Amino acid sequence: MDEAVLKEYGRDALLREEPEESQLNVGYRAEHAGLTIELVKEISEVKGEPEWMRKHRVKSFEIFEKKPLPAWGPDLSRLDFSAIVGFVRPRGQEAKPNSWEEVPSDIKNTFEKLGIPEAERKFLAGVGAQYDSEVLYKSLRKDISDLGVIYTDMDSAVREHPELVKKYFMDRCVPPTDNKFAALHGAFWSGGSFLYVPAGVKVPMPLQIYFMMNYPGFGQFEHTLIIAEEGSQVQYIEGCSAPHYTKDSMHAAVVEIFVQKRARARYTSIQNWSKNVYNLNTKRAIVQEDAVMEWVGGTLGSGVTMLYPCSILNGRGARAEHLNIALAGEGQVKDTGAKIYHNAPNTSSKIVSKSICKEGGTVRYRGILFVGAHCTGVKANVRCDSIIADSRSSAETIPIMDIRAKDAVIGHEASVGRISEEQLFYLTSRGIDPEEALAMVVRGFIEPIVKELPLEYAVEMNRLIEMEMEGSVG
Amino acid sequence: MSLLEINNLKVFAEDKEIVRGLSLTVKPGEVHVIMGQNGSGKSTLLNALAGHPKYRAEGSVKFDGKDLLAQKPHERARAGVFLAFQHPNEVSGVTLSSFLRRAYVARNGREASVAEFEKILVEKMRMLGMEHSFAERGVNEGFSGGEKKRSEILQLAVLEPRLAMLDELDSGLDVDALAKIAETLSMIRKPDTAVIIVTHYARILKNLKADRVHVMRDGQIVASGDGRLAVQLEENGYGWINSATAAP
Repeated sequence: MDEAVLKEYGRDALLREEPEESQLNVGYRAEHAGLTIELVKEISEVKGEPEWMRKHRVKSFEIFEKKPLPAWGPDLSRLDFSAIVGFVRPRGQEAKPNSWEEVPSDIKNTFEKLGIPEAERKFLAGVGAQYDSEVLYKSLRKDISDLGVIYTDMDSAVREHPELVKKYFMDRCVPPTDNKFAALHGAFWSGGSFLYVPAGVKVPMPLQIYFMMNYPGFGQFEHTLIIAEEGSQVQYIEGCSAPHYTKDSMHAAVVEIFVQKRARARYTSIQNWSKNVYNLNTKRAIVQEDAVMEWVGGTLGSGVTMLYPCSILNGRGARAEHLNIALAGEGQVKDTGAKIYHNAPNTSSKIVSKSICKEGGTVRYRGILFVGAHCTGVKANVRCDSIIADSRSSAETIPIMDIRAKDAVIGHEASVGRISEEQLFYLTSRGIDPEEALAMVVRGFIEPIVKELPLEYAVEMNRLIEMEMEGSVG
Repeated sequence: MSLLEINNLKVFAEDKEIVRGLSLTVKPGEVHVIMGQNGSGKSTLLNALAGHPKYRAEGSVKFDGKDLLAQKPHERARAGVFLAFQHPNEVSGVTLSSFLRRAYVARNGREASVAEFEKILVEKMRMLGMEHSFAERGVNEGFSGGEKKRSEILQLAVLEPRLAMLDELDSGLDVDALAKIAETLSMIRKPDTAVIIVTHYARILKNLKADRVHVMRDGQIVASGDGRLAVQLEENGYGWINSATAAP
């Protein structure tokens, strides 16, 4: 990703005038702003969905209306559901481009600047791109699809794989009753990925999708459903960005991952939404016997983020690893963390959270670690480190631990530190300029997580962080 | 011509005056040893010369004819000032080799590829008898006292400063380790590199030939001489200097 693009998307300084409707690549959109029952029905109609999905949406909407906003966490009082445009289908979507060349050129340019599908050729097994409400492009390498792997957009999956979708979609993992935003999502969901990996198949390279929110005041509600069957292995990566308009946008995704016996799944997400996006997601994995679930995340953009990826360790010997980097600058609140439920013996988990706050930003680690009474031989380790770049910013840690098993081995470490004058002096005394010295300290701080990212993402992550840290030296 | 010319230097930490009107001249290639008890201001002097933000300095310091005090720490380093720290900081997650490459590029004012730098680093490490794996560890991360010293010396060797200042080089080292470090220092030093060593003990002079020895007390140089001054100090203790003549 080149510097110009980074500057174009998600930087405060580049707050953009809202473009004319004609420049927004709209194929179809909801006539009125507002998340209403009429829109729910309209979306289902436009998509030509089966009756069971329409019912699911209507039921979810009813739950959404009844549920209160969370009584804890960041202030959401400015979030106005009546101002959100809930459905925007991009131009060219009807044509279902089979090749990248068929994607409308200005949309294509946007993604090409972000390195898609160039990246596809290099190191990915499959790639997708979602623009506003719907996935415009999705491809899977032939050798991978020959193994029986299904990688398609969620809307197509409803039509083409109803038996799988019915079995797993928003039922046992993230039901609409889970929380207000999950209910909202159940009613308005559109786009997202469906990834099915048959038993024993090891996908050698990651699959990737890029989410772009372009319409001002838009709500994006993509649904991701990943099923890794027994003994399979898969890595899925998503990147997110949006231009910065004056109207607030919202993003309420749901991610459901089923990691069956002895399977291994890794879900990586680099989020760089613009800073007026409410980012309120529910991401959860159910992990069976001897299976491994890994969450790797970097949340850099958005205004308010609430995100607590959850692993439910239901099978004996299941393991979860949660690695997260959160950065909050001016006007940003990152309320992020992890939830792990040890519901079976000999399960283990590790959480590493690294947060950075600067220029008045707030980072808050919020986590739940639960170990059931009958679960013997559980091991869990939580490590949350924060660094505070200046006195206007704040970092908090709110860990909840509910350990009911007597022999559980639980480790918890937390540190909050300021970037010390001594440390910066040490680096500058070797000729390194102050900006670079600060970037180095921050890079070193997040290194344990960045090293888990594929090289291209690691480079991008470091670059994004460096850009964020620019001008932070007093 | 002198490399470093300090005239009536005063150094303050907040409002406390720690170095109180100190003057010192160092020529290229000279080795100066500054001795003094704890609290005499000798470490503060070196830190202030390197530009530590904790200190405010007044007076005149010329390095290579230019006003040193007007320069920021990284500018001083690029001009060739180097401080080997007594307690160097940890920079977790940053490898010594990547840190040193950045520093090397900054010091020399030109890019160096990873491969090009690697060659230089390997050669210096071989000279110092260091395992290469050492450079792949986080900067000072979990280093022992001795390893920290060796890391500082390695940095000195790679950056080839014009003025090397060594703060309490001998603290925490046994006699053999000190001898080894001193020997290394002589080996890596370019003939025109000037050295200022600050120390509590005279024992380093057994391994290193000093051109000038100074004694600091209460923020001032109270005695200067050649190597024999250190021997006298060793034999008679700092109390002896009270009655000796101060001649900076």
